[in-house]
Amino acid sequence: MSERENIFGRIREALRVQAPIPGAHAASNGTPKAHTVSEAEAAKHIPEWLPPVGETFEQRVELFRANALDLKAEFHLLNGPSEMEDHLRGLAATEGWRKVATHSGELTDRACAALGLPLITTDANYDVRELESCDVGISQCEALIAQTGSVLVSSRSSGGRALSILPPHHLVLARRDQLVPDLPTAFALLKSKYQSDYPSLISFITGPSRTGDIERILVLGAHGPKKLTILSI
Amino acid sequence: MSAASQQFKHDAERLTHDLRHRLLIQTALKKYEVARDSKKSRYQDWQSARQTAAEIKWDAVNHLDTYLEEFASKLEARGAHVHWASTSEQARQIILGIVREKNARSIIKSKVMTGEEIHLNEALEKAGLTVVESDFGEYIVQLRREAPYHFVFPAMHLVRGEISELFEEKLGSKPTNDPEELMMIARGILRNKYITADIGITGANFAIAETGMISITENEGNARLTCALPKVHIALMGIEKVLPKLEDLALFMPMLATAGAGQALTGYNSLYAGPRQPGEPDGPDEFHLVLLDNQRTHLLADAEQRDALHCIRCGACLNVCPIFKNIGGHAYGTTYQGPIGSVITPHFRGLQDWKHLSGASSLCGACTEACPVKIDLHHHLLQSRRNAMARYPVWWERLAFKGFAFLVNHPVLAGLAPPLARVAQRFHPLIKRTPLDPARPWTRSRELPQVAKQTFKEFWRSRKR
Repeated sequence: MSERENIFGRIREALRVQAPIPGAHAASNGTPKAHTVSEAEAAKHIPEWLPPVGETFEQRVELFRANALDLKAEFHLLNGPSEMEDHLRGLAATEGWRKVATHSGELTDRACAALGLPLITTDANYDVRELESCDVGISQCEALIAQTGSVLVSSRSSGGRALSILPPHHLVLARRDQLVPDLPTAFALLKSKYQSDYPSLISFITGPSRTGDIERILVLGAHGPKKLTILSI
Repeated sequence: MSAASQQFKHDAERLTHDLRHRLLIQTALKKYEVARDSKKSRYQDWQSARQTAAEIKWDAVNHLDTYLEEFASKLEARGAHVHWASTSEQARQIILGIVREKNARSIIKSKVMTGEEIHLNEALEKAGLTVVESDFGEYIVQLRREAPYHFVFPAMHLVRGEISELFEEKLGSKPTNDPEELMMIARGILRNKYITADIGITGANFAIAETGMISITENEGNARLTCALPKVHIALMGIEKVLPKLEDLALFMPMLATAGAGQALTGYNSLYAGPRQPGEPDGPDEFHLVLLDNQRTHLLADAEQRDALHCIRCGACLNVCPIFKNIGGHAYGTTYQGPIGSVITPHFRGLQDWKHLSGASSLCGACTEACPVKIDLHHHLLQSRRNAMARYPVWWERLAFKGFAFLVNHPVLAGLAPPLARVAQRFHPLIKRTPLDPARPWTRSRELPQVAKQTFKEFWRSRKR
């Protein structure tokens, strides 16, 4: 017998005895009753328990803004692509960008054309050391999540696995309609978009890379980007 | 008494009297408490969220065979290799086999507690490989060659001065008192390791049956890099980590963050569905998943304590435990410290040797209340005490209880006890705190209560007259 079968054999043997109802503590209930607890029933209510998100677009933008501030991420709501271009040129000048990494996409193409800086794209095979030497990684995203101030990226929509994590500054370009209220909506979006053909990486990025491993003191820029900038256009 | 039990008693005794250690831990945990409460208060209904999480985990664990099968076949369909290990030894051999086949020399690891459980680093180093921990806290304890102090905060017992000295000694860096500078020293060294490593090893916080994905939660981005740059990715996880549906994460990701570290959401929550897929620019060419039993099915077979497999390893029960707050993480001598460790370790490593951990509890229930998936932790500790007593009776305890039962069943004899005790107590100071003192464990640090001048019975009789 293979180890796989051995393990399944032990699991099936173990599960022949019923476990007590979840949440019913031993002291109050000695004998397990028959019950119908299921994932499907329980999961229906998830949005009702999570933090509230507001009703309108304006409320959700404000919530995202507050969360971003709390996370020490930069967030700007910009009016149209030309404002985005101006903002990027300003950032490039103040931070002294010399080399930019990106992937092809509607917003990223426009942004990089406006910047006019040396460029590395991660659309196909690329040199990791080159990517590492870039000052900023500019990517698009799957969604922004108001509830948590997160950016949802994937290997298909955001230039692979390394672009959003290796350069010291990650800059995200999102369309206004990409702001979703909460986590359940974000998962529903992923499911309807990809169905059975998911990207090999999906990541919820919540603020710049951080650690609290020394005396629980917050330090930004642990292994990933020190800076996270989110521009909603 | 087992060696583990003796060691535990010795270390716990020493650390309880180490006031500097206590202050350090309690200061750190106070910060955690404040952050956790502020994030918890944002939920519309935290208690209902806990119940929902408990129900989803109940469904998952009580249909583990179905979900595990679905998970493995979905992941295999994505081009991943799925391996099964009943024991630690088998898991180590599987990983060593992959490493040898790839002719790998250097390995970068992100935090993986199952790796600690099977002593993976030692096995890899013995085989001549360079293994580097990339999680900052894990990196620090690896340099110190010690076990993680807390399974969520591995270097919680150290202050910056100690870390600076460690880096000075091992890495030749300049001394500094700035946590950010210390982090930058490690960042600088590890950057190159990600790029040059042949293999990346990670754990997994959740596995999704429906889609065949593993989910990794982290703050630093080290797991993201470990899964992005090396050409081979090996993930090691316990078989109990599986969740039925993708959307279940909408609850478990924020709850893990809030209960574990007082965050709304952890920095990076990433889902990996196999190796690099066609059309993707980067990522590993190979993805291996090692599914580890290592006595989890033993715990599964105990229906009464089965819910301990619901654990999402957030560490909330450690952070609120009065025992943990006094003795710290190393005293336990286990991979998983605190109340959850005291519940599962006897199943993983033997009740006889580890039953003493179920006594390392005040039964206050703070752990049960803190648990985001409602594991009945403090009752499980009581059940373990009962099971240990039934299976491994201690002769003198049995005798003592028999004697006690005899005494209280014979009123005349029992009536003689108080006057005798009064006389004995008068002579007690002669032997107090000496090895002859039968109450020594108590009198070493406390006074015995005075035996009353009059028993309640005597008082009642005198009142009636």
